Amino acid sequence: MGSYLLRRLLQSLLLLALVSMIAFAILHLAPGGPLSQFLATGNMGQEDVDRLMQQYGLNRPLPIQYLEWAGNLATGDWGHSYRDQLPVLTKIGMHVGPTLELMVTSTLLAMFIGGLIGILGAVRRHSFFDHLATVGAMVALSIPTFWFGLAIIYVFSVNLGWLPAGNRENIGDGSFLDRLRHLVLPCIVLALVSTAVWSRYMRSSMLDVVNQDYIRTARSKGVPAMRILFHHALRNALLPMITITGLHVSTLLSGALVTETVFTWPGMGRLFLDSVSNRDYPVVMGMLMFTACMVLLGSLIADLLYSVADPRIKGASK
Amino acid sequence: MDKHSSEHKGAGTIKTGTVDKTPADGLTRRDALFAGAASFAFGSLGLAAGAHAAPSAKPTGQAILGFSQEVTVLHPLMAASEVDQGVWWNLFSPLWMLDAEGKFVPVLAKAVPTVENGGISADGLTWRVELRRDVKWHDGKPLTSEDIRYTINLVKNPGFRAANRSGFNLITSVGVDGDHVVTWTLKEPYSPLTSMLSWAFIVPEHVLSKNPDPNSPQFAAAPIGTGPFRFVSRKTGDHVLLEANPNYFGKGPSLNRLIFKYVPDLNAMYTQFKTGEIDYIGLQGIPANFYKEATALAGRRIQLAARPGVENLTLNLAHPVLSDKAVRKALNIAIDRQSICNLVYYGVPKPANNFLAPTHWAAHPNLPKPEYDLKKAAAMLDQAGWVKGPDGIRVKNGVRLSFSNSTTTGNQLRAQTQQLIADDFKKIGVEMLIKNLVAAVLWADFWRNSEFDSLMTSVTYTIASDPDVTNRFGSGSIPKETGSGANVGRYKNVGVDTLLARARQEYNIAKRKEIYAKIQELINEDVPILPLFCEVNIEGTKAGLDGYVNNVNVRANSWNTANWRWTA
Repeated sequence: MGSYLLRRLLQSLLLLALVSMIAFAILHLAPGGPLSQFLATGNMGQEDVDRLMQQYGLNRPLPIQYLEWAGNLATGDWGHSYRDQLPVLTKIGMHVGPTLELMVTSTLLAMFIGGLIGILGAVRRHSFFDHLATVGAMVALSIPTFWFGLAIIYVFSVNLGWLPAGNRENIGDGSFLDRLRHLVLPCIVLALVSTAVWSRYMRSSMLDVVNQDYIRTARSKGVPAMRILFHHALRNALLPMITITGLHVSTLLSGALVTETVFTWPGMGRLFLDSVSNRDYPVVMGMLMFTACMVLLGSLIADLLYSVADPRIKGASK
Repeated sequence: MDKHSSEHKGAGTIKTGTVDKTPADGLTRRDALFAGAASFAFGSLGLAAGAHAAPSAKPTGQAILGFSQEVTVLHPLMAASEVDQGVWWNLFSPLWMLDAEGKFVPVLAKAVPTVENGGISADGLTWRVELRRDVKWHDGKPLTSEDIRYTINLVKNPGFRAANRSGFNLITSVGVDGDHVVTWTLKEPYSPLTSMLSWAFIVPEHVLSKNPDPNSPQFAAAPIGTGPFRFVSRKTGDHVLLEANPNYFGKGPSLNRLIFKYVPDLNAMYTQFKTGEIDYIGLQGIPANFYKEATALAGRRIQLAARPGVENLTLNLAHPVLSDKAVRKALNIAIDRQSICNLVYYGVPKPANNFLAPTHWAAHPNLPKPEYDLKKAAAMLDQAGWVKGPDGIRVKNGVRLSFSNSTTTGNQLRAQTQQLIADDFKKIGVEMLIKNLVAAVLWADFWRNSEFDSLMTSVTYTIASDPDVTNRFGSGSIPKETGSGANVGRYKNVGVDTLLARARQEYNIAKRKEIYAKIQELINEDVPILPLFCEVNIEGTKAGLDGYVNNVNVRANSWNTANWRWTA
C-alpha cells in the first residue's frame, strides 16, 4: 500500500508539472494581457502601459517567467493577484468556502433524491414512474440554468418576496438562518440538473446489478426483496458511483459559473472567469494548480475507497 | 428588505466643533441648484438640509452600493478602474477636487492655489499650498506636509507602479515649510496640474515610508486614509466594507457603514435593486431596456447620470480612404444619431457633436449641431471625386470607398448601432465592414499600433477631467509613432498642437476656456472622430436615501457619500 501511494504521488507531481507548463504557455500566448483593461479606461498612455509591463516583468521571455513562477510555487509562494494585490491563496480561500457551501449542499441533495429516483426507476423498470423520471430528467437537463435561475428569482424573490434574489448573506448578518435563506434558490437551480444526472447514473448502475446471477439466486432462495435491494444490489451498484463521485470532487471546487453569476455568489467559477478575462495570470495559474491537485486527489481517494468497498481490488493495488 | 435600519454598530460621535470650512460647505448650495435642475429636487434638498442640520449626530444605518465592476485596487495611486476610485473618495482625500459644477473646491488644502491668490507664482513655476490643521489619518496620526511631499515623490518614483504621471514628471523638487505648508517647483508652467492633483489622493508617509518596496501589497490590504470612511474588510468577488470615520475633518458622514457590493450581472443587479437588496445602483447602472420600467418603480429614484465618455467612431487617419477629409465630413452627416439614441438606446442618451460632454466646464457651447442628410453627404462625395463603381461602392483613383469598423464582441447595442450606420453608409455608396474582436484582443496591439480602420468605443478624452487632450489629439501622442500617448487615430494638426501647448501654460481658467473652444472648433472641422452620443448611466437610489449627486468630473458617483443619509 505504501509503495502504491508513493508511486501515485510521483505520477501526480509529474502530471502537475506538465499541466502547469501547458497552462502557463496557453495563458500567456492568449492575446491581450493584464494591462489591456487599463487601456480601455482612457486614463493612461502607451508610455504608462509599457512602464507597467516592465515593472511587472511581463516583457521577459516566457520560459524565464515560468521558471520564476514555478520556483516561487515550490517554496510555497503562490504569488499575488495583479488586480487587487492579495495573495493568490487568500483569494482562493475566500472563494472556496462559498463554492463548497453551494456545491456540497446541492450535490448531497441531488445524490439523495437522484439516487432514490434511480433505484426506484431500476426496480420498477418500464413502470409509469420510470417513464416519468426519464422524461423529467430530460426536461431538467434541457432547461438553461440562467433562465431557470432568473425564473425562480422572479417568482420567489420579486413577486412573492419569500427569499433573497441573490448574494450569500446579508452583510452584517451572516447567521445560520440568513445563510440558509440565501442558499435555497441557487441550491435548487444546481440540484435540478445534477439530480437528473445522478438519477440516470444510479438507474443504469442498478439495472446492471439486478440482472446479475447472484441477485436471481438470492431471489429464488426467498431472500426478502428489501434485503436483496439494500444489502446485495445497492452495495454493488454503488461501486461505479464512487468513481463518479471522486471525479466530481473537482467539479465541486471549480464552482458553477452561471449559477454564481445569476445569484451573485462569490464562488470559484466567478473568480476564474474574472481572472481569465482580466488576464490575472497568478490567480488563474493558482486556481488551475489547485483544481488539478483536487482532481488527482479525488481520483486517488476514489481508488482507495474502491478497495474498501470491493475486497477483490485490495489485492490488486498492493 | 430595507437594510438601513438593520445595523447600528457603534462608531463614536463626530467632533465638529473645531472644523472650519468643509468640502461639503463648498458644495451644498450649488449642488442643490444643480440637482434641482436635474429633476431630483427632493433628494438634494435633503442633502442641503442634512448638511446644515445637527451635523454632530451619530452616524447610523448602512448603504449597500451595487456596482457591476469589482473593487480591486485600494492603493489610490495605482492603475485602477472607475469603481476603485469610487471607493478611494471615501477612504482618502485629495488636496482639492472638482465639484459637480466643474469648480475647484479645497479638501485637504485651505485654498486652491491660483496665480490670482498667490498660491502659484506669476511665472507659473512655484506652487505653495497650505494644509488644514485638523486632519487626522484613520490611525489617529495628524496629516502633515510630509505626507504631501511623500505622495508626489511616490508618483515620481520610477519603481512605483503609478497609473499616470502626467504633470508629476514636471515637478523638479518638493519642499516643506513647517508641518502645514508644502511647496514645489515645475520645469515649465503646467496648468492641468491642478486637475491632476484633484485625483491625486494623499497617502500616509508614516505608514508607507517604512516599507522599502513601494509596490508592497500590504497597504492595499489595509489602507489608511483621511476620508469620511475607514476600511474594515473585503471579501474578494463580493464586497468591500467601510465604516464611518469618527475623526473626519469634514461634515458627515451620516451613514455608519458603506458596502461596495459587486454584482457582475447587470440583470441580477437590477433585480436586487428592485427587491431592495442594494440601496444604490451605480456603474454600469440599469440596462437601458429597463429604464422605463425602473422609472415606474415605487420607492426608487432613478437618475440619468451624464458621464464624461463619448461613444464615437475613432477613424484611423492613416487609412487610404479615411485620410480624405471630404469622406470624413460626408460620413459625419450620414449617421442618424437621433435614431440610434432612440431605437437602440431606448431614448436615454442625446446625440453628441464633440469630444467633451456638454456638462464639462470647458465644453464649447455653440458647435454646429450634428446633421443627418444623406443627399448632402452623397453630393459631398461626388464633389470630392468619389464615383460609384459597378457594385454600388464609390471608387477614386482605383481605391474603393470601403473600410472596416471594430468594437468589442458581446455588446449587442453596439452591434445594432454598427448595422444602422453601415446601412446608411451603403445608401451613399460607402462600404463599412464589421470586424469585431474580443476585448483582450482589441485593447492590445490592434489598438495601440492603430491596426484598425475605425473603432467604435466610448472614450473619455479628459484625464482627471482636465480639457488638455494632448494625450488624445496631440501629434506627439501617437503610440505607433512615438511610443507614448493614446492618439490611436493618428490625428495631426499643427494648429491644434500649438493651441494645446499654449493652454497648458495658461493658468487663467477663463482664458483656458477660450483656447479650448478654438481647439474644439478645429477638431470639429477636421472630423478625426465621429461622435455618436454622450454616455449616460442610469443610476438609482432608494427614495429614502438622500444626498446622491451626479458629478461628471469624478469616475464614480460614490464621491460624496459623506453627505448621504437616510430620511425615511
